[in-house]
Amino acid sequence: MKTTRRDFIKISSMGVGGLALSASPVLGWVPGFLKIDDVIPDDSKVKRTPTYCEICFWKCAGWTYTDEKGKILKIVGNDDDQHSNGRFCPRGTGGVGMYNDEDRLKTPLIREEKDGKQYFREASWDEALDLISKRLTEIGEEYTRECIALFTHGSGGKFLGNVLKAFGSGSISAPSYAQCKGPREVAFIATYGKGLSSPEPTDIRNTRCLVLIGSHIGENMHNGQVQEMSEAIDNGATIITVDPRYSTAASKSKYWLPIKPATDIALLLAWMNVIIKEELYDKEYIEKYTFGFEQLKNHVKNKTPEWAYGITTIKPDVIRKTAREMAGAAPAAIVHPGRHTTWYGDDTQRLRAVAVLNALLGSWGRKGGFYMSEKLHLKNMNTPEYPKMKHTWRDAHPGKYMLADLALASGICDATIPSVDRECSYKAWIVNGSNLLTTIPNRKNTIEAINNLEFMVVIDTMPAEITGYADVVLPECTYLERYDMLRTSKHRKPSVALRMPAVEPKYNSKPDWWIAKQLAEKLGLGDYVPYNDITELLDWQLKQIGSSLEEMQKIGVKNIDREYNDLYILQGEEHEFNTNTGKIELYATSFQQEGFDPLPNYTAHPEPLPGFYRLNYGRAPMHTFGRTTNNPNLTDLMDENKLWVNPKVAKEWDLSNNQEVWLENQDGVVSTFPIKVRITERIGKHSVYLVHGFGRFDKRLKRSYGKGLDDSELITNVMVDPIMGGTGMRGNFVTFITEDPKLKLVGNKARKRNKSGNSAKINNKQA
Amino acid sequence: MRYAMAIDTKKCVGCSDCVVACQTENNIPIGYSRDWITETVEGIYPGLHLEIRSERCNHCENTPCVRTCPTGASHIIEGGIVKVNHEECIGCGACIQSCPYDARYSHPEGYVDKCTFCDHRINNGQDPACVSVCPTHCMYFGDLDDPNSEISKIVSARKVKVLAPEAGTKPQIFYLV
Repeated sequence: MKTTRRDFIKISSMGVGGLALSASPVLGWVPGFLKIDDVIPDDSKVKRTPTYCEICFWKCAGWTYTDEKGKILKIVGNDDDQHSNGRFCPRGTGGVGMYNDEDRLKTPLIREEKDGKQYFREASWDEALDLISKRLTEIGEEYTRECIALFTHGSGGKFLGNVLKAFGSGSISAPSYAQCKGPREVAFIATYGKGLSSPEPTDIRNTRCLVLIGSHIGENMHNGQVQEMSEAIDNGATIITVDPRYSTAASKSKYWLPIKPATDIALLLAWMNVIIKEELYDKEYIEKYTFGFEQLKNHVKNKTPEWAYGITTIKPDVIRKTAREMAGAAPAAIVHPGRHTTWYGDDTQRLRAVAVLNALLGSWGRKGGFYMSEKLHLKNMNTPEYPKMKHTWRDAHPGKYMLADLALASGICDATIPSVDRECSYKAWIVNGSNLLTTIPNRKNTIEAINNLEFMVVIDTMPAEITGYADVVLPECTYLERYDMLRTSKHRKPSVALRMPAVEPKYNSKPDWWIAKQLAEKLGLGDYVPYNDITELLDWQLKQIGSSLEEMQKIGVKNIDREYNDLYILQGEEHEFNTNTGKIELYATSFQQEGFDPLPNYTAHPEPLPGFYRLNYGRAPMHTFGRTTNNPNLTDLMDENKLWVNPKVAKEWDLSNNQEVWLENQDGVVSTFPIKVRITERIGKHSVYLVHGFGRFDKRLKRSYGKGLDDSELITNVMVDPIMGGTGMRGNFVTFITEDPKLKLVGNKARKRNKSGNSAKINNKQA
Repeated sequence: MRYAMAIDTKKCVGCSDCVVACQTENNIPIGYSRDWITETVEGIYPGLHLEIRSERCNHCENTPCVRTCPTGASHIIEGGIVKVNHEECIGCGACIQSCPYDARYSHPEGYVDKCTFCDHRINNGQDPACVSVCPTHCMYFGDLDDPNSEISKIVSARKVKVLAPEAGTKPQIFYLV
C-alpha cells in the first residue's frame, strides 16, 4: 500500500505509535512528526533488534534493521539513548560494513611449520581452544600464571579478563590508557579525586564557553559531544580552539589560537595568571571547595601573557581576551580535557593545568561545566573468588608509575623483553581487538617483545597486522552477530542498554562470551562462568533491576532515575572530594608525595631540525583508526589518508597536490608506503598532519593494504610520562622523500623491512 | 507544497554521515552516492575561513535535467521533488550533462540515479535519511510554502545562499552561512 501524504497526517493524528510500533508495546511514546526514525515499513517484513555500537568506545545504542532474508538493511540510533540521542555517527551508520567485510577472519587458525616454513592451518574451534588451554597451562607451570597478559579493546575483554583472573593473572591492559587517555585520568583523579572515563561528563549542551585545547570535536566523532557542541553553537556559546592546525572545530570557533606545538602548558599557565590577577575566578567556589589556592597564585604570578607569548606565539591581548571570555561565561565554561592526551611526556601535568583552570572557573559540578554522572551497577552471579596474585605488571617497573590507576599496555610490552634486573617476564599474550603493532609506539620494541613470547593468541574480527604474529588466531564475530555484557556506562541518568544479535555469526566466527566460556571449561575454571548461555546471565542481571531480557529486546535502552546525588553541585552545598584533603586539589598533594611537581610547570621540548617537520596525527570522522579502514562502507567515504602540507613548505620542496611522497623520521626510519600530498593552508609551516589508521601492511586486508601511510611506524621517539607511564608520541619529526626509497636500496635490509607482518614474524623467528 | 532543505554551514562538521545514511537507506551500491561533502578553504594561515557543505540534487524549480530528458524519465512530483523513473530511463546521460550541480550519476544497472529527498520516508512522515541521522542537526527539511514550518522560519531568519545561482535553476537547497 502506498501511503499518500494526506493519509499519513490523518493517521499520525491518531497516534503513529500504534501504527508503526505495534511490536514494541513498551514504547508508548514516539517522537513527533518528522523526527521518527524507527517506523517499520508497511510491509512489516522488516525486523529491528537492539544493539549498541562497537565501532568506537562511545557505544551508542540503536537498532539494526533486517529484512525477511536476514539481510542487514541499516543501523540507526535509539531515540531514548543518551549517547546517541537517536542519531548514529557515520561509523555507526556504516557499521554494517564490519559485518559484510569479506576479508574478515573466517575460522580458527593455528601456526604450523613444515620444512622450515611457517604457515597458518585452518582448525576447528575445539582444536584451537584445546591448544590454547594446553599452552597456557604449560607456561603457567613452567613459569607462573602471572606471566600471561591480556590486551583488550572492546566489549569482549570483560569475558576474557574474567577467565584470565580466574586462571591467576591480573595483567589486563588496553592501549586506550597509556597510549591515550591515561594522563587525563590521573590528572583529574589528582585534582578532583575522580577520573573522567567515558563518555566524559562535559555539559557541553549547556555551556556558554567551550575551550578546546588539542581536542578536535567534529573530527573525533564522539557522538554525544559532537551533538552537544552543535547545540552550544545554536545557543550562541563561544568556542575557543587552541590547535596548530585549522581543525574543523577551529573553523567553528570565535577564537582560533594557532599555538606553536608543544607549548600548551605555557598558555594554560598564562590563562590562570590572568584569571587570578584580574580576580576573575569563582571566589566562593575556590574558598569552599579547593585546596592550595595561595600556592597556585604564587606559582603563576610570573606566568604572564607576555611570558607566554614568547613561548606559544599567541599574542598577549588574545590570551587576556580569551581568559576573560571563559571567566565571563563561568561556571558555564569547559576547558575540555580531550581524549588522546599522550603527546610530550609531560602530559599528566598539562592535564593537571586543564583541571586546575576548570577549578578556577568553578566549572566542576556546575551547569554548563562538568556534570556529576551516575552509573547503574549491576549484580553479578556468584562465582568463586579469584586466586590471589603475587605479581602484577608493576613489579616489572619497581617504584615507577605509581600513580597509574590502570595497567600500561606499553609497560607490559616492555616487561616482555627479558632483562637482568627483572624477576620475571611475560611469556604469553592474549590479544583481543587491539592491533598492538599500530597502537603501541616503537614497533621494533613491540616486535622484539612478541619474539620473546612463548605463545600468543589473537582474537579479532579482522586479519589485523597483529594476527600475523600469533600462534593461534580466533575469529570473533562482529557486534551485530552477538550478545555482550549490558552497557551501563555513566551518564546524566544511569541507564542500561542491550546488544543482541541481528543475524547469525557469519563464517565460523564466535562471540567472545562463548570463546571465554569454552576456554574456562577447558582450563577447569567452569565455575567462574555460571551460565550455559549468556542470555541466562543477562536476564538474571536485568531481573535484579526490575527489567528482563524480554523487555530489553523490545526497548533496547532503559534510562533510570538518579539515586545518589544531583546532576550539579548546588550553590553552597557541602561536597567532599576523594582526594587527600577532601578538596579539589589545585596543589596536588598526591603528586608531592610521589616526588612530582604539585603544580604544573612548562618545560621546553625539542623542535624540528631544518628540513624536518613535526609529525602530527589525528582522526577523521568517518573512521575509528585501523578498526574501520577496511570497512567497505567507510572506505567508500575515505580510502586513504593524505599528508597535509603548508603551501610554503610545498613550494620549498616542489611538491604538488596528490604527489606521492615517503616520509623519513629523525631516527632514519622510512615509511613502508608513500602518501599523497594535500597542500592546504589549514596547517602551519612547522608540522605535517595525517589521519591515523591507514597504511595497513597485512596483505589480507585487501581493501586497505598499502593505502596511505601509517604514522605509527614513524613514532620511534617515545617520551614517557614519568608520572603514569603514558607514551608521548608527538615528538617525532619527518622529512620528505620524493623518490621510491626501495629503488635506491636494492637488495639490502630495507626490502626485508617492507614485508608484511606475517612474513616478517616468520623471518624473525627463523633468524 | 514546496519541499526544500536548509543546511547550516556553521554546524556541519563534514562527517559524511548523510552520505553513508543515504547509501544504506536507499541501497546505493558501494562506490556511488547521491550526496557528498564539499569543503572550501579561503585565506592564508592563520587568517582562514572554512565552509563545509553537504551537497545533493537541488530539486530546482527550473530543471534543465527534466527538459533535456528524451524519454520523460526525469520528472517532477508533488512538492517539487525531481525524480527519475528507472524503468523509463535509457541511461543516455543527457541530464547528467545538463545538471550544474553534478548531482546525478549512472547507476551500474544502467539508469541514472539521484537524490529523491527520500520521498518514501516523507510519505511515512519521516525526514529524509540524511536529515534524520545528522549528528550536528545541521540539516532542516520541510515545506517552504508553509510559513510556520521550521525550514521557512530558519531560511527567513538566517543569511542564506544557494549554489550556482547564475545557472538560473532556482535551487531549493539553501545554505545557512
